[in-house]
Amino acid sequence: MKVLSDSTFDETLFSEDLLLVDFWAEWCGPCKMIAPILEEISHEKKGVLEIGKLDVDDNMETARRYEVMSIPTLILFKKGEPVARLVGARSKSALLKEIENHL
Amino acid sequence: MSKNVKVAIIGSGPAGLTAAIYTARANFEPVVIEGEISSTSDQPGGQLMLTTDIENFPGFINGIDGPLLMGNFRAQAERFGAAFHTAKVTRVDFSERPFKLWTSDANEDEPTYIADSVIVSTGARSIMLGLEKELELIGHGVSTCATCDGFFFRGKEIAVVGGGDSAMEEALFLTKFATRVFVIVRRSELRASKIMADRAKSNPKITFIWNSVVTELIGDSSLEAITLRDTLTNDETKLPLSGLFVAIGHAPNTDIFDGVIDLDDAKYIVTHDGTYTSIAGVFACGDVQDHTYRQAITAAGSGCMAAIDLERYLDSGETH
Repeated sequence: MKVLSDSTFDETLFSEDLLLVDFWAEWCGPCKMIAPILEEISHEKKGVLEIGKLDVDDNMETARRYEVMSIPTLILFKKGEPVARLVGARSKSALLKEIENHL
Repeated sequence: MSKNVKVAIIGSGPAGLTAAIYTARANFEPVVIEGEISSTSDQPGGQLMLTTDIENFPGFINGIDGPLLMGNFRAQAERFGAAFHTAKVTRVDFSERPFKLWTSDANEDEPTYIADSVIVSTGARSIMLGLEKELELIGHGVSTCATCDGFFFRGKEIAVVGGGDSAMEEALFLTKFATRVFVIVRRSELRASKIMADRAKSNPKITFIWNSVVTELIGDSSLEAITLRDTLTNDETKLPLSGLFVAIGHAPNTDIFDGVIDLDDAKYIVTHDGTYTSIAGVFACGDVQDHTYRQAITAAGSGCMAAIDLERYLDSGETH
């Protein structure tokens, strides 16, 4: 998993074919619940899907650009373009189902 | 393959986890079917996972963070041997003992668990307004979780709907970010406890809108305004807003028990003589059977009662 920031976001976005960005923050309970799941998915989908974590506390510019108003929000980017957006925490199987549509 | 267990606990808020601590310490090797991850207050850990400071749980002089407290409950239950299964119970068959339970991650044919006894502690969830566009606008200005989303309303004007303790708590929390927080109350008084009501009323950023209900959500990609109807005059007014937090109350998570266990008119599980339900061997604790107190400490207390009731029931040999 990659740690993203406002300054490195675009560079990562365009260097990955498929990038799942986790907009999260330390104070968000549901964000903490999905963190270990994303860790597992990142291992299982290695080479196919890159996962990036963006802490909205420090990187409000990127969060605003994608109109994130609730966290966790997960946005799946295909060659830099957002193709799916998931608001709210959900189970691993539910996350995988959404992601696999785009693999 | 079904797994045989002595005790299955459905739900993992303060009630379920306290029952897990007690039954694990009594060597009943409980399995806790803790729920599925979500942001809607029925996730593992229960409603407290969506709160921050809990100031009224005894033992924590300066308060404690909700998710941290629930993490501690869980670790304590685990220390005594409780097993955890992260899934939702989707179906139960309580028509005969032992009881059968199916979970969301299992195949349909055979039950996931066959249990000598069951503790139901599935809690309650937030009620939504039921307005058009409400679900589409969740995450785009409409929220049921101030601690998740409040941060995004820095410098904005927002509103909380509701007159109870949860609504006051959300409104007070949101004053950290918003310039102004309207609290929309259906009646001319608050349901909230005096301490919470006084705190909200004395906060200069909070403005109460009395005798009003939300009748319309306006906005396409995100919330822009709401329509309010005055319950006394029926006059409608439009209020521009970028955020609306819904805290109008709770409903018990009893869908899978409807027609299985006796429920009251509001769909809460009916308990008698402590935590006994209409089915011998099935006990209920926490918010799923309590619309009166609904506190973390009362839920934990009733979880302990359920564990003791269950222990007496299993030890008396009534199962055979």
